[in-house]
Amino acid sequence: MADFMSYIYLMWIGNEKVEEGVLQEVKDNVGGIFGVPARIKKVEERPSDAFDPTRGQYSSTKILRWVLRDVPKDAKRVMAITDCDLYIPVLTFVFGEAQLGGKGAIVSTARLRLDLNGFPCPSRLCRARLLKECVHELGHTFGLSHCPSFRCVMSRSNSVLDVDAKSGNLCRDCQSLLIELQKKE
Amino acid sequence: MDKEKTRILVVDDEEIVRDSLAGWLREDGYSVETAADGSSAVDRIKAESWAVLLVDLKMPGIDGLQVLEEARKLQPKASVIIMTAYATVDTAVQAIKMGAYDYLVKPFEPEELSLMMDKLITQQDLMRENILLKKALKQQYGFRDLLSKSPKMQAIFELAKVAGQSHSTILILGESGTGKEVLARAIHAESPRSTGPFVAVSCAALTETLLESELFGHEKGAFTGAILRKKGKFELAHGGTLFLDEIGDISQKLQLDLLRALEERRFYRVGGTDPIHVDARIIAATNRELKKAVEEATFRQDLYYRLNVISINLPPLRERKEDIPFLVDHFVDQLRAEMAKRVEGVSAEAMELLMAYHWPGNVRELRNVLERGAVVAKGPIIQCDDLGLPPSEGEAEPDSSDSLKEMERRHILRVLNEYHWNITRSAQILGIDRVTLYNKIKKYGLRPDDETSPSEE
Ligand SMILES: Nc1ncnc2c1ncn2[C@@H]1O[C@H](COP(=O)(O)OP(=O)(O)OP(=O)(O)O)[C@@H](O)[C@H]1O
Ligand SMILES: [Mg+2]
Ligand SMILES: [Zn+2]
Ligand SMILES: [Zn+2]
Repeated sequence: MADFMSYIYLMWIGNEKVEEGVLQEVKDNVGGIFGVPARIKKVEERPSDAFDPTRGQYSSTKILRWVLRDVPKDAKRVMAITDCDLYIPVLTFVFGEAQLGGKGAIVSTARLRLDLNGFPCPSRLCRARLLKECVHELGHTFGLSHCPSFRCVMSRSNSVLDVDAKSGNLCRDCQSLLIELQKKE
Repeated sequence: MDKEKTRILVVDDEEIVRDSLAGWLREDGYSVETAADGSSAVDRIKAESWAVLLVDLKMPGIDGLQVLEEARKLQPKASVIIMTAYATVDTAVQAIKMGAYDYLVKPFEPEELSLMMDKLITQQDLMRENILLKKALKQQYGFRDLLSKSPKMQAIFELAKVAGQSHSTILILGESGTGKEVLARAIHAESPRSTGPFVAVSCAALTETLLESELFGHEKGAFTGAILRKKGKFELAHGGTLFLDEIGDISQKLQLDLLRALEERRFYRVGGTDPIHVDARIIAATNRELKKAVEEATFRQDLYYRLNVISINLPPLRERKEDIPFLVDHFVDQLRAEMAKRVEGVSAEAMELLMAYHWPGNVRELRNVLERGAVVAKGPIIQCDDLGLPPSEGEAEPDSSDSLKEMERRHILRVLNEYHWNITRSAQILGIDRVTLYNKIKKYGLRPDDETSPSEE
């Protein structure tokens, strides 16, 4: 498979319409950081079995499995973005989920839009957070695990405060590790 | 903090729980595996080593508490976190009592799990560091398998190291169980001959003729029963070390034979005519007072001088009490590794008793007492009663040697009665050899029908 034929596919699978220009911004950002061109793919369908009515949340694992059922042939990675609030069974929520060293990742905007008290945040801040979390989850798919440096985009975020505290970039260690990992692919 | 080496086992009967939680933890860099039910979890705990077990409480078949129970037995070092639904929190509290590290009520905050993992891993790292530190200390205070903090013993270790480099004969003196044989082996291991054999002969165990052929070998037909030619221990020790244990017990005739062999550095097999030359370093040991035996003319003076080129006198344990807590620690570590049971140490009172006791069987007896204690103990901490020692009535260190002797008399009698006067077994428990035990029985005039505690004025 020729490398130039491989893309990071971005797809919106939220309930609401995606905010103007957001996907374009993510596309430019991840394309630059991972050195892989990104494409936006329009998807009309939505996963049907992921919603848990008792929790009022969506299973990120189920959505991710749904996304991976049908992947474009030239997809190096698939990154789904949703406005649904995500969970995994034992945790109250997750910002996203990724296959470590795999193909797929998902990020939710649901909690990134709010501050700790549940009030909406300015759109610029929300977009910055989304860019970071998309890089973060994609970083996992390239094989990067969490970074102890809290400024690094690969550091674990358990709240929006953590997300705000970190930069949108890989630290030097993660950057060189990424290069090594990409060589092996 | 080496996360890749931190192995976590996630145990849950629901596939999506296992996969998602394992995935979440892998993102942290841990090495994570999963088990779908209690019994396969137990299998994996038996087979592999884990740092953390994340176990669901409610599972069909073997449940989380049973997995916890097995894990505590099989891998006490692994930390177990129990995951539970709100309704079963009571059971989760019970899990803590059973030795779980902590529990998490589902669903829990990602932050909660992150913090718990961080704390746990830091603790485990610290524990590992502690173990390393302990090891380093042991090296600092030890000479091979011998440990001691006492200045006297430290000086002995220094002397032994230097002596090991020479070819000179070494005589090791000391009461039963003070570590004479261990020291002999350590000297050999540190010497330039360490690649050669270490051959030990117990001179007390055999009759004169048997010992003679054991030491020097015999030619075919040398005596009835000598069907084949046989090499003796002297020859077998060629290029290495010959350890003559309990040298104080050999007969006059053998003393002379030995003297010749040492003087001339050659000897004859029993029934043989060709002299045999052997290059072996001699280390001799005895728990008898050899000098006194020389004065009483039961041991040849010339042989004594021959053996006593470098002499090392191992002090009895009661003269280096600072070693007791240190050795207790060491033996508890050993017992923990050997036994399938949790042993963590001795209670403060038990330690007092151990410090007060006068240890006729020295370090060997200390080990035996602790081993017995670990077997008998109901919990992980060995208590006074578990030790089976005579209580340190009134004062710990009786300065009159009479009460000391009385304590010893009673203790020996108790053990003898407990083991129905089986001398071998009783000697083993007391940590002394059978000859020593016979001597003590004679000395105290003990008889099988004696009560355990008479002779009180
Ligand atoms: N300083 C020590 N550190 C650790 N273990 C010791 C020490 N001294 C003795 N031991 C242990 O005590 C036991 C008895 O030691 P050893 O056999 O050398 O005694 P011994 O002096 O030869 O006794 P005996 O005169 O009864 O033959 C051994 O199992 C040894 O491991
Ligand atoms: Mg011995
Ligand atoms: Zn992450
Ligand atoms: Zn980093």
